[in-house]
Amino acid sequence: MAVPKRKMSRSNTRSRRSQWKAAAVSLVSCPQCRSPKRPHMACPTCGTYNRRQVIEPSA
Amino acid sequence: MPRPTKGARLGGSPAHEKLILANLATQLFQHGRIRTTEAKAKRLRPLAEKLITKAKKGDMHNRRQVLTVVRDKGVVHHLFTEIAPTFAERPGGYTRITKVGLRKGDAAPMAVIELVSEPLNTVRVAKAPAAAEAPAAEKAEAPATQEAEETAEAPAAEKNDEATEAPAEETEDKKDNA
Repeated sequence: MAVPKRKMSRSNTRSRRSQWKAAAVSLVSCPQCRSPKRPHMACPTCGTYNRRQVIEPSA
Repeated sequence: MPRPTKGARLGGSPAHEKLILANLATQLFQHGRIRTTEAKAKRLRPLAEKLITKAKKGDMHNRRQVLTVVRDKGVVHHLFTEIAPTFAERPGGYTRITKVGLRKGDAAPMAVIELVSEPLNTVRVAKAPAAAEAPAAEKAEAPATQEAEETAEAPAAEKNDEATEAPAEETEDKKDNA
């Protein structure tokens, strides 16, 4: 079975992990309640999409 | 010819997918709106709309065809007698999918699929505004093209001046014309 010959250095480990990045979600303001929400999704605060009530508001 | 659906079956096997979609369609016609994952909602929409189209025709043959998918006779009766007449005017597009964010637990994108209950308001596009826009667009383009030509000529003249002596006479002629 193929196994690593050398221990991976801290530098290499950290270099690899430097590419683990989280991207910020894009947000728009809800036309109904002005709170930030994800685009193309119903507003979780007021529960509307295109000013139409879709779900029960969570907050 | 209809293109087959991309990707794996819902639930793992063709039979399981058929069951899942049939159950979702039954629940949709029973309740009017259901909350499910986005992928299931997207696969349910064409099935549900075809069933409604059959229900709008309303004869016994179509009813039997719908019964092969929706097994509940009560739901089929509700579909044929109450849901189908509300869509008599509407030429397709009977369902609406709205994304409602991620599910807690597995972060699956969820959606609400519902039967469209609003009355149909036909959108008529007036031709007069379109005709009015066309000349305005031409006017806007005309000055821009003239400017572009002027800017294109200026560097060309400079290049001729810098060029070898042979076309010198031609450049002078051009300057006289200008």
